[in-house]
Amino acid sequence: MGWIGETVDSIKSIQIRQLFIQAISLGMIVTSALIIWKALMCVTGSESPVVVVLSGSMEPGFKRGDILFLHMSKDPIRAGEIVVFNVDGRDIPIVHRVIKVHERENTGEVDVLTKGDNNYGDDRLLYAEGQLWLHRHHIMGRAVGFLPYVGWVTIIMTEKPIIKYILIGALGLLVITSKD
Amino acid sequence: MHTFGYRANALLTFAVTALAFICAIASFSDKFSNQNPSAEIQILNINRFKKQSHGNDEVSLTLDISADLQSLFTWNTKQLFVFVAAEYETPKNSLNQVSLWDAIIPDKEHAKFRIQVSNKYRFIDQGQNLRGKDFNLTLHWHVMPKTGKMFADKIVMPGYSLPDAYR
Repeated sequence: MGWIGETVDSIKSIQIRQLFIQAISLGMIVTSALIIWKALMCVTGSESPVVVVLSGSMEPGFKRGDILFLHMSKDPIRAGEIVVFNVDGRDIPIVHRVIKVHERENTGEVDVLTKGDNNYGDDRLLYAEGQLWLHRHHIMGRAVGFLPYVGWVTIIMTEKPIIKYILIGALGLLVITSKD
Repeated sequence: MHTFGYRANALLTFAVTALAFICAIASFSDKFSNQNPSAEIQILNINRFKKQSHGNDEVSLTLDISADLQSLFTWNTKQLFVFVAAEYETPKNSLNQVSLWDAIIPDKEHAKFRIQVSNKYRFIDQGQNLRGKDFNLTLHWHVMPKTGKMFADKIVMPGYSLPDAYR
């Protein structure tokens, strides 16, 4: 009778250890993804080093679902650059091209006007009430490279959140049921 | 180890890695292209030159733009975004760049062109500094690739100037 108790105990302890190991490895995966993201933020100097194109205002260059790699440096903003900016009061960043630049002599501050390639008019309609120009602090980065179609995953997950839950549920199931 | 799940996972990982590698190489191959673009811009007419009601100068002009940008197209190029900007200096602003006209060139055949066009975007100064002002007209282009790194460059053409008085 004693050895039954022993085996039951050993099985129980293995289960708990397994559980802990799986939980810790899951935590490691999530943490290393976070580390990579933060490192990218440091290297590119931008708050969001990768963005997904959400609208068709830059077609045919950037279509909805493309992803853009951003980089922010202290270099002055010049006409023709494709910049990503946040308007006060809106939380979705906008990716458009700079068409006008007025840079102050003494302070180096700059007034910038942007426009989407596929839009008829400039972005003044998108700016905040009464705002005519963008300033440096609105701009989060310059687009330096892009990959087509990869961003559709993010768009689908945002617009149909049920898919996000299914995916996370499936991943969780995979982690729990796998032996290693 | 040999279940469908593991095999699908391995296949997917390899496919994504290979695709990323190919995209990177495609972008890298752009470095080796030989590029010699050329362009010429003439101002045909100053249509209007006046001070707006809130005090800023505005110019409207007609440009004759001819350019040969065919050598900028590589197999990895999706389109070329071209624009002409007027660049000048004022006492208040060390640099002003105002885009006057832009166009998208979708392929190599369209990259050699000559057009006469009036400025698409309004040339408005911050102030009244444009009388007699000397400025450069710069043709900028932005190579947008099928995948990878974007390149931009320009040709600066100095020596243009605006008349001394309003018209």
